[in-house]
Amino acid sequence: MSGSGTTQRWQDARGPFALLFGVPALWLLLFFLVPLAIVWAYSFGRSTGLTDIAITGTLSNYARTSSAVYLGIFAKSIGFAALTTVLCLVIGFPIALVITFASERAKTLLLLAIMLPFWTNLLIRTYALMAMLRSEGYVNTSLGWLGIGPLPLLHNNFAVTLGLVYVNLPFLVLPLYSALDRLDRSLLEASLDLGAGHWRTIREIVIPLALPGILTGVLITFIPALGSYLTPDLLGGPNSQMIANVIERQFKRANDWPFGSALSFILMYLTFLCIAGQGIIARRREKASAA
Amino acid sequence: MTAKTLIRIEQLTKRFGDFAAVDDVSLEIREGEFFALLGPSGCGKTTLLRLLAGLETPSEGRILIDDVDMARVPPNKRPVNMVFQSYAVFPHMSVRDNVAYGLKVDKVAAKERQARVIEALELVKLEDLIDRKPDQLSGGQRQRVALARALVKRPRVLLLDEPLSALDAKLREAMRFELARIQDKVGVTFVMVTHDQNEALAMACRCALMHKGVLQQVATPSDLYEYPNTRFVADFIGSINLFEGRLEVDEPGHAVVASAALGVPIYLDHGVTGASGSTVWVGIRPEKIDMAPRDGDAPPDQGGGAVGHNVVAGEIRHSAYLGSETIYEIALATGTIVKALRSNIRRYEERGFDDGDSVWLSWDARSPVVLLS
Repeated sequence: MSGSGTTQRWQDARGPFALLFGVPALWLLLFFLVPLAIVWAYSFGRSTGLTDIAITGTLSNYARTSSAVYLGIFAKSIGFAALTTVLCLVIGFPIALVITFASERAKTLLLLAIMLPFWTNLLIRTYALMAMLRSEGYVNTSLGWLGIGPLPLLHNNFAVTLGLVYVNLPFLVLPLYSALDRLDRSLLEASLDLGAGHWRTIREIVIPLALPGILTGVLITFIPALGSYLTPDLLGGPNSQMIANVIERQFKRANDWPFGSALSFILMYLTFLCIAGQGIIARRREKASAA
Repeated sequence: MTAKTLIRIEQLTKRFGDFAAVDDVSLEIREGEFFALLGPSGCGKTTLLRLLAGLETPSEGRILIDDVDMARVPPNKRPVNMVFQSYAVFPHMSVRDNVAYGLKVDKVAAKERQARVIEALELVKLEDLIDRKPDQLSGGQRQRVALARALVKRPRVLLLDEPLSALDAKLREAMRFELARIQDKVGVTFVMVTHDQNEALAMACRCALMHKGVLQQVATPSDLYEYPNTRFVADFIGSINLFEGRLEVDEPGHAVVASAALGVPIYLDHGVTGASGSTVWVGIRPEKIDMAPRDGDAPPDQGGGAVGHNVVAGEIRHSAYLGSETIYEIALATGTIVKALRSNIRRYEERGFDDGDSVWLSWDARSPVVLLS
């Protein structure tokens, strides 16, 4: 109430501002950036004993990551993540569309149904999937009554893909829904009014306008899927290892922290690349629409 | 005015839950006319427009366009196009693509499409902005895109949802004439929704006034203003002085209404088809009340059969200067406040009336309108 105007600008209240900003900054520094830097340093070192690591500045760990075995694992991980994202998109788009056009009441229930798995432990959900897919699980039992199977549903690439889609679907549905929900309904009505059917309206109006939301959804599905550990570990077979499983093995069984660190950073760089890619696409679209 | 009926609305009702947004509306709209659906917000006029477009489905009743029942015709197959209140111009398409959209959907050949897009944009004077994106256009220009986009389909009916509400005053004025010009040129039937009576009166051939989902009156603008059929209509269209009274005399040639609020009987030069002694309301528009300085007790001569009627003394309480005219609020001896409007045919300083002046108010026996409900 001083009327000087300075009280209106909270940035000018230096003390509280420094405190508000400082605490999380310190937290981030101590528990995120410093450990990350240590791991980054490890990736340029080599193990000299059971727990000792000498930071020698060597690039040999990175050289090893580009060997055929690990390139294959990276390719496989990208493949799994891409397939998961595409399947999530194919399944998630109609779901998001239905939620968008549902009544207020149904909308709440449907969103709850999407969110519910989030609140259940991933491990429990994964074991539940295993119980369902194993040879004596109810899927195979049901198929057995029809005279089919038992099919090998567990411990293979199919199970991993199914698990990844199941786990990551909400990550795609929610941003998609929020993009679709923001769409001006009168645009869709205008399309109908001008003679277009529903399919054409979705193709020419809904998808282009929801594209930023779709890209966001794709990115935040693809990135966690790429780094999946538990799902391939529990549902996969010997042939469905993803990069996170290999990293875990370096840190534990192989006790090769430097190499594990190098692999981790390659994974992180891949993630950065994806984010940068999305940024470039978004910028280009912005420019195109401004031109 | 013997054009054929284009749209026939029969006992149309639209309910949302228990709420009837459109309540048993029957209405005919003629080919080539500029028709306005007028009413306060929430009166159901936009719902009625959306029912015509097929964006809502009727709960009861039916709509016929060109004698074809629209019940099973989806919005994308109806011979109507709409200009949305928000314009709904596709933001990711250029002006050209927006206008061409409906033609592409109809599989019009590229060459003809191109010609029709340009023709439509010339009609709305937007041909120079054909390659712009909507975010590079003003609100008024976006509306013209929406207009061209709808008209390029050559619909039987063009629906306009509050076409002028988002424009600033100057542009609104210009767009009124512009819409009339465009309608004149294309000859398409226009059905416009508006809450602005001035808009409806200025532009429409005929208006339908709605209130709480119910059709109140369908008439030409001048009939709606001069001969409203209910108090709601009289009050909604323009400004009016309403006096409750009792029908004392009701002959074929004249009638007299006694009003306690006014203090003097009101003489009318025509009969009223109401029961003698029944309660009626008499409405007199402010501009139809004449005001004269009051020096003595002798009222100005009214002439005809109205001697001693239709003239009342009062005192100016307040005046509102509106530039082209001034509205006076005059208090009568009964305490009733009467509004009288005078054109400022002379400059403000020479108007001759000041707050506190005693005046005579009088009106012609032909001016009042008697309302039975």
